[in-house]
Amino acid sequence: MSAAADLKRTPLYEEHRAAGARLVPFAGWEMPVQYAGVKEEHLAVREHCGVFDVSHMGEIETRGPGAQSFLQRALSNDVGKLEIGGAQYSCLCAADGGILDDLFTYRLAEDRFLTVSNAANHESDLAHLLDLAADFEVEVSDVASDYAMLAVQGPEARGIVAGLADSELPPRMRTAWAEVAGVPMLVCGTGYTGEAGVELLVPPAQARVVWRALLDAGATPAGLGARDTLRLEVCFHLHGNEIGPDRNPIEAGLGWCCKEETGFLGCEAIAAARAQGTTEKLVALTISDRGIPRAGNPLLAAGEVIGALTSGTFAPSLGLGAGMGYVRSDLASPGTRLEVDIRGKHRAAEIKAMPLYEKSK
Amino acid sequence: MAADESYPEDLRYHAEHDWARIEGEEASFGITWYAQEALGEVVFFEPPEIGTTVSRDEAYAEVESVKAVSDVIAPLSGEVIAVNDDAGENPEVINNDPYGDGWMVRVRLTDTAEVDSLLDVEAYRRLLADES
Repeated sequence: MSAAADLKRTPLYEEHRAAGARLVPFAGWEMPVQYAGVKEEHLAVREHCGVFDVSHMGEIETRGPGAQSFLQRALSNDVGKLEIGGAQYSCLCAADGGILDDLFTYRLAEDRFLTVSNAANHESDLAHLLDLAADFEVEVSDVASDYAMLAVQGPEARGIVAGLADSELPPRMRTAWAEVAGVPMLVCGTGYTGEAGVELLVPPAQARVVWRALLDAGATPAGLGARDTLRLEVCFHLHGNEIGPDRNPIEAGLGWCCKEETGFLGCEAIAAARAQGTTEKLVALTISDRGIPRAGNPLLAAGEVIGALTSGTFAPSLGLGAGMGYVRSDLASPGTRLEVDIRGKHRAAEIKAMPLYEKSK
Repeated sequence: MAADESYPEDLRYHAEHDWARIEGEEASFGITWYAQEALGEVVFFEPPEIGTTVSRDEAYAEVESVKAVSDVIAPLSGEVIAVNDDAGENPEVINNDPYGDGWMVRVRLTDTAEVDSLLDVEAYRRLLADES
């Protein structure tokens, strides 16, 4: 039996096949990495509107009188500041401050929350949360099979979705129930591309209807390849690359979403890292001349290895090789010139301020 | 803009999806339509230096798409006497015209007998049919 037979498929699998997608294994799912081409899809998102099937991501619901207290303990950010109809980004940390996942949480009611997990971490996130939940008056449930998820991103994305919706779309970092293409769903003013847009949490049985309506309205199908180049250009983290159990939020540049005063699991370690500083720091860089940096490439200064890349690619909106990686903290300032060892060739690079790509105002 | 699938009759082919255009003691190399299609849009190509020795069946350069790096294999052994800097500046020509403006290197062959080890277009087409 082939490995492919063990991979999970989203409700849109046949749509991807019909659209000529190249399908690859990703976190136990058979997912479209590209349709027309990564560069083409990337630019379609930056200039018009792309739609991504991200149904492989997980969803976890938290309900009960102790829901806020529980999430305050589990999540790094201040859940007390998350209003009904709001969206909030957080790290899920271990006791030593290591990052188990990065998550978005939506508050659906006073004591009802929905958290979206990375596909690769859904099972472990759930186990971790269930374990922590024992001390709280709360019910934590795996609701991943209740939702398909589509990300509609780009300058034209909101217009396209609004044209199919029965009510006004929630603004950025807010969430609301609405009917889109006649299908009731949760619309979230969030995204992973640096573009305006929404993410739609849709009943799986209706995912195809919504997908087709979006395509008919002008959205371009975009795969995981473009999703990666888009997020890298705006320096969003990818768990498993920039962040993981062996990294803490301070060195990753995620101290902004950690509120130690809320007493979340890991807060002591993170407070210490914040106070003492960290040996390494996450930076973004671009290649100055030729070459495309790739994850794992060593970083050098004055011939000495000072770090390594965690992600690297050709960045279509920059027209340059670009990446993110950890370097010695004293060498982490924007403007620092260094070299990337790309399979034996040393290529000139420069640390840049984040994000690498910004929409011109 | 992208090329239609084709495999010219006058070329010889290597199983790793590279072609050779042989002209006496010299030959030009590049990658086939199948190779550029599998790779997707080429965003980076750096030709080797003139004077480099290339060996049959071994990589002499890389082509890169956004996501992946692929070795380019030499169909025959020789010394590089010319390189396509245009393809280095505008790598999309490798996708658009893989047998013409998308040529990669020109070599002076060191062992013309090696040509017999290459596939003609019929044999290469059969190989492609078997692979799919």
